[in-house]
Amino acid sequence: MRHIISLLLENEPGALSRVVGLFSQRNYNIESLTVAPTEDPTLSRLTLTTIGHDEVIEQITKNLNKLIEVVKLVDLSESAHIERELMLVKVKATGAQRAEVKRTTDIFRGQIVDVTSTVYTIQLAGTSDKLDSFIQAIGTSAILEVVRSGVTGISRGDKVLSI
Amino acid sequence: MELLSGAEMVVRFLRDEGVKYIYGYPGGALLHIYDALFKEKEVTHILVRHEQAATHMADGYARATGKAGVVLVTSGPGATNAITGIATAYMDSIPMVVISGQVASNMVGTDAFQETDMIGISRPIVKHSFMIKHASEIPEVLKKAFYLAQSGRPGPVVVDIPKDMTNPAEKFEYVYPKKAKLRSYSPAVRGHSGQIRKAAELLLSAKRPIVYSGGGVIMGGASAQLTELTKMLSLPVTNTLMGLGAYPGSDRQFLGMLGMHGSYTANLAMHHSDVILAVGARFDDRVINGASKFCPNAKIIHIDIDPASISKTIKADIPIVGPVDSVLTEMVAVVKEIGQAPSSEALAAWWKQIDEWRGSRGLFPYDKGDGSIIKPQTVIETLCEVTRGEAFVASDVGQHQMFAAQYYKFDKPNRWLNSGGLGTMGFGFPAAMGAKLNFPDVDVACVTGEGSIQMNIQELSTCLQYDLPVKIVNLNNGALGMVRQWQDMQYDSRYSHSYMESLPDFVKLVEAYGHVGMRITEPKDLKPGLEEAFSLKDRLVFLDIQVDSSEHVYPMQIRDGAMRDMWLSKTERT
Repeated sequence: MRHIISLLLENEPGALSRVVGLFSQRNYNIESLTVAPTEDPTLSRLTLTTIGHDEVIEQITKNLNKLIEVVKLVDLSESAHIERELMLVKVKATGAQRAEVKRTTDIFRGQIVDVTSTVYTIQLAGTSDKLDSFIQAIGTSAILEVVRSGVTGISRGDKVLSI
Repeated sequence: MELLSGAEMVVRFLRDEGVKYIYGYPGGALLHIYDALFKEKEVTHILVRHEQAATHMADGYARATGKAGVVLVTSGPGATNAITGIATAYMDSIPMVVISGQVASNMVGTDAFQETDMIGISRPIVKHSFMIKHASEIPEVLKKAFYLAQSGRPGPVVVDIPKDMTNPAEKFEYVYPKKAKLRSYSPAVRGHSGQIRKAAELLLSAKRPIVYSGGGVIMGGASAQLTELTKMLSLPVTNTLMGLGAYPGSDRQFLGMLGMHGSYTANLAMHHSDVILAVGARFDDRVINGASKFCPNAKIIHIDIDPASISKTIKADIPIVGPVDSVLTEMVAVVKEIGQAPSSEALAAWWKQIDEWRGSRGLFPYDKGDGSIIKPQTVIETLCEVTRGEAFVASDVGQHQMFAAQYYKFDKPNRWLNSGGLGTMGFGFPAAMGAKLNFPDVDVACVTGEGSIQMNIQELSTCLQYDLPVKIVNLNNGALGMVRQWQDMQYDSRYSHSYMESLPDFVKLVEAYGHVGMRITEPKDLKPGLEEAFSLKDRLVFLDIQVDSSEHVYPMQIRDGAMRDMWLSKTERT
């Protein structure tokens, strides 16, 4: 099963390499990873998605917690949460295609953020599934380039991850 | 307030931390620190002949005392030579602080002379590591390093110090930090009381209980508590290779080591048990054999300071995260409070069964032969007798290590020094040196083989310089015995690179280093030889003992089988 693990990490050089190193060292798998400093500049927030059986996920969270620079950790997928991924897509847009691409973008509530005579660049945010569906709807033959941020997420309701 | 340079702060901190000995080797990146050491009287530096030996010496000290050993190595090759020793300490959860020199900050990343990314190279084999970014933070970072190394599940910590951080011209205010502050690190200080109660109740209801304890009991200083609980409930107890000495080895309730080369009795008792109390042990692959067939009827109580060790390979029914000493103390109290004993009828039947397995030939019976050739097992039995079971015994890795674990009866914790997790050949001799340096009045033996000893034999020179009269017991069978055993058992005795031609004359070799060498080839000379060696209190003695080269270590578990599936000799199996 896919899990979204979110952690607060000391914003120090080398901290990220310990997290990433742990995954290769213990033969765990990382699907996606995003990281940036928080409003408290001494902390970074890191979100990663991984796939594994419950026993593997348990070991992953235990071993992440063991890293000295990991301050707090939550498995977002264990309770209600919101997840988002940002995608930028460059699509061929000529002739009749221009209107079709625009329509599809509107349906998915994306935005065209850059335009040339032959190319649209589309911005889309949502769950990973939604981004996958958009790519399918546009059709891979029209797509020139795709860049995705990886998943980030937050718990629903009062629950917060902070120190 | 005192003004000190970075180099002086390193040395002063070590003194203030109570460090008596450090083990190391100088080099360009460390010269400022070595200059500061030159003026220091209370911290003694031991100059090894290879950095790997410095780490093993520090490790031997740490295993013998429970306190962090301190290593000082220079950048580049000094740092990389320390890696094997750091990994050895990491695998066995041994506290160690390794201070490595680094090229100056402005040179880091330029492929400078003797530059290596020590933080990067050591990352998977340290509990944590630091690179000094400003000289003024040296005392605080070193305090954190010692705290991390020695608390929770212990382990090695690397502190990498660029040369410019130790510049003698730049002085900073020095205060010894009394406490380390780390917001993201708080190892458990006690176990969950509800879980401890549940565990005590399960243990009291058991019909076929067994205690399985590991190195965590030694490092966690919980040997007394473990012994009290085990005695109080008349439980059978087995130790892992790392846990020997946690429970007195000569006591009747002790069933010997368990696992791949564990005793028939211990492995059978584990297999047939209904409740296992696992303490400070990690269900290692060399202990459990095939995980899916492990102890089919047992409920498992698992006490460990490291939550990641629990349910890693074998699922625990009652996990308890906490320091083993406080958890066992609380468990003893709860058992007393409940005021019940396990069913004496069931326990008597269980002990009857165990005694049947044990038989009358001892926990590790072996064929003593016709008396024409020295058996390696006999060497260890005689060593135990001559040293009254009280010596520090460091071992290298291979058949001799298993024989030492099987036949030396450790009655005290912290006396058995061996590389259990990483299995590092070359570990034993420097580890023995580390123990001898810190316990000059106690006998220290290094049980080794002609393969392992050559991996750090240069330290004979260090022993002469610092007067370290360890006794090296070399079980010389002229072959890499454990490799050969596997080749006998699995590769039709095709001895691919497992024998050693052109062995040195060890007696002449140690004499060249200024020590005493003795060769023993006849069984009748064994005991007198060992006695003579240990009577030479102030001399290093190298006993080159010619032993039976055809001997195998038994029992040996059959791969991927259950605990009870073992070879008992070359022809007999369970």
